[in-house]
Amino acid sequence: MLRYTIRRLIQLVGVVLVLSLLLFAWLRLLPGGPVSALLGDRSTPEKAAELTKQLGLDQPIFVQYFKFLGRAATGDFGTSTGVQPGDSALDIFLQRFPATIELSFFAIVIAIAVGVPLGYLAAKRRGGWFDNLSVIGSLIGVAVPVFFLAYLLKDVASSALGLPSSGRQDAIDATRVTGFFTLDGIITGEWDATFNALEHLILPAIALATIPFAVIFRITRAAVLDVLDEDFVRTAESKGLTAPVIRRRHVLRNAMLPVVTTIGLQTGALLSGAVLTEKVFSFAGVGEALAIGFERRDYPVLLLLIIMAAIVYVVVNLLVDLSYALIDPRIRTR
Amino acid sequence: MVHSVTARRRWVAAIGFLSVSALALSGCAQSQRDSGGGGQQGGTLTFGAAGAPKLFDPFYATDGETFRVARQMYEGLVGFKPGTAEVEPALATKYEPSSDGKTWTFTLRENVKFHDGSAFNAEAVCFNFERWYNQKGAGQSDAVSQYWLDNFGGFKDTPDKPSLYKSCTAKDAKTAVIELNEVTSQFPSVLGFTSFSISSPDALKKYDADNVQAAGDAFTYPAYANEHPTGTGPFKFSKYDKANNTVELVRNDDYHGTKAKLDKIVFKIIPDETARKQALKAGDIDGYDLPNAADWAGLKTDGFNVAIRPAFNVFYLGINQKNNPKLADLKVRQALMYAINREQLIKSQLPEGAKVATQFMPDTVNGYNKSIPEVKYDVEKAKSLLAEAGATDLTLKAYWPSEVTRPYMPSPKDLWGAIAGDLQKAGIKLDVVTKPWNGGYLTDVDNGIPDLFLLGWTGDNGTAHNWVGTFFGRTDNRFNTGASAWGASLASDLAKANSEPNEGNRTKLYEEVNKKIMEQYLPAIPISHSPPALVFKSDIKGVVPSPLTDERFGSASKG
Repeated sequence: MLRYTIRRLIQLVGVVLVLSLLLFAWLRLLPGGPVSALLGDRSTPEKAAELTKQLGLDQPIFVQYFKFLGRAATGDFGTSTGVQPGDSALDIFLQRFPATIELSFFAIVIAIAVGVPLGYLAAKRRGGWFDNLSVIGSLIGVAVPVFFLAYLLKDVASSALGLPSSGRQDAIDATRVTGFFTLDGIITGEWDATFNALEHLILPAIALATIPFAVIFRITRAAVLDVLDEDFVRTAESKGLTAPVIRRRHVLRNAMLPVVTTIGLQTGALLSGAVLTEKVFSFAGVGEALAIGFERRDYPVLLLLIIMAAIVYVVVNLLVDLSYALIDPRIRTR
Repeated sequence: MVHSVTARRRWVAAIGFLSVSALALSGCAQSQRDSGGGGQQGGTLTFGAAGAPKLFDPFYATDGETFRVARQMYEGLVGFKPGTAEVEPALATKYEPSSDGKTWTFTLRENVKFHDGSAFNAEAVCFNFERWYNQKGAGQSDAVSQYWLDNFGGFKDTPDKPSLYKSCTAKDAKTAVIELNEVTSQFPSVLGFTSFSISSPDALKKYDADNVQAAGDAFTYPAYANEHPTGTGPFKFSKYDKANNTVELVRNDDYHGTKAKLDKIVFKIIPDETARKQALKAGDIDGYDLPNAADWAGLKTDGFNVAIRPAFNVFYLGINQKNNPKLADLKVRQALMYAINREQLIKSQLPEGAKVATQFMPDTVNGYNKSIPEVKYDVEKAKSLLAEAGATDLTLKAYWPSEVTRPYMPSPKDLWGAIAGDLQKAGIKLDVVTKPWNGGYLTDVDNGIPDLFLLGWTGDNGTAHNWVGTFFGRTDNRFNTGASAWGASLASDLAKANSEPNEGNRTKLYEEVNKKIMEQYLPAIPISHSPPALVFKSDIKGVVPSPLTDERFGSASKG
């Protein structure tokens, strides 16, 4: 187990290095650059050329990359030119990461809280109206683009329910401790701040939860259907075990392995959904920074955020693999 | 059977609990949101900003979002009359030039204090001028001190780049004398730019204001610019909550003039334009800048106040002769002008109040030439001009920007569609390229890659030099005027007009230059002047829309 974990961690370092080189080259080869973002409308050919030289953007890509690596080794990942100009890319990541984690957490909780029970119920009522309706619902959930649903929620739900359509919190006097706004309110006893942050989370979290919900629902339903057909369930029923016991000990436990895998993959994939959701709801997370960074060609921010996203993805996958062992004893003994 | 009924009840209960909790939560939060303050005095104005301010020190600012925040906290020696581009005294009560136009005496307002409690006086004024003139290292970069470089030229230690500024003397506490190296039409209105606002010398020193550093691909700014901006304005800096993307200013109760009615201004950063509109409709913000012209009618119907600014901009079709020798022929450039149906374009694509541009400045700027006729759409004339020039097979590489809205160009895609259609009707073939504004568009325009491009300008002040001087005052500009023999004489005519101390003569010189630009040179095709807007909730009163986007919220009230 330890060797396996270490091997995966070494893989992670390799992935990050290769990714950083590819990303660095790709960003530099994209049309445009930070010079026009820094100079704006008032740029002139002469000013642009001078600034390009001043920032070293006229040097060969490899020279620029090795300079970047040298600075990165000291913890300096560059300074933002477009998202929050003048701030270090690392600060921007640290400020915004809790927002994305908070949003993703609520989204995945909603997706699990609705997807698993509905999947189970649909499987139990296979072929019935409830099953058919939920399958259709989940198909729509997967098919509807996130940004469309986000706009729809904003347009309809936000005015109907009076929920805020942008930002993480109103401009209230709230103490910042961890950067997780819901948690900060609890820690400091500022319950208003927690409620306000929760209120801002409802619509984006629902938008972001849709695809993971649909996927989790379908996998749960399929897995439960498979398990329900197994002999040991029939045996348990014939032994006279109660439904909750059969559900917990026999059905859910055996059906959970593919479900957990799916939850893990969906959690890792949430960031791509977060880019759109955060942009639509102006939710100041990593996703929004990525979207703005791309529009404004903010190289340092893009580079750091994409690398961090890759690390999160790989780590989540590692955790999923490790969690198999906890759920299925057969894996633990291998 | 009994078991499954129990199970179902549990599920129903769980789902019911979740729904009720969500509703209760939204209800609870809703009640909080409704309980905000209001009334004529006090309250918070929440304004939707399109981007994060770069910093709060206006001297190093180059972008509109930074200026918007800074101008609520700072004042300059002069300002602009609300709703106009006309200069008026601000921290100076009056100003007088010497007979040669090179020495300016400013009489300063008394009993003015900076936000840190220190006194505003002539020494503070000179401290600021000297600070600007003495920038070193990264502080001299175009991306940092852009407004100084554009308007004052170089710095103390850049002899190759002379400066307009010579010296500042504090004659007594309320008299500052500023000497210039040459005469310019830009003075003193240039001092109304937010960049040249007066900061507290104590705060500048205490928070290491000049410590700008080049860092990798960008620049970092010191504590003064990030956390301690200290001016004399009606609002003071409170905080920038980066995690929540909000900037908060509070009323300056020691303000020397009419004190602000609002308690606070919150700038909420909402980069997505649709999101700003939605936030306004949902009541999250009280207003935002540059609503899409297509939304104006809908916003008005919904009861919002669409405050329309005077059209103080110009939208033009840029021409670069670098890659296509045929464009060096005046007849070909004139053909482009005749080919574009500008009246139709304005009716169909631009907001109400937009006008055809007969020259590169609006009619409120001194030097505007009323005698220049409006060139009417004439496709046949365009074709015959092309034939005379031997350019009937003309193919041009044309650029239009995606992903951007500018005050002079609300929808580049639609505007380009109309222009391209007109040019094609005149037989001009187009090789069309579209790129994101920062994703190659401006870079390629600067590098002279397109033959034709869409661009424009919003004026900083009412001087002609801020318009034609900016466009054609140098020969190495975006139009590559240096490639033609007339490029140098145009630049020299503009320099002559700018340095003419007599205002009447100066106006005449600019009128002549404008005529020459349109009739003899035509370096680009001016298309339109169109009014941009701001939008507010109906209970926000007292914000005067400014042609210079110089809206001050000190006069605003809520409720």
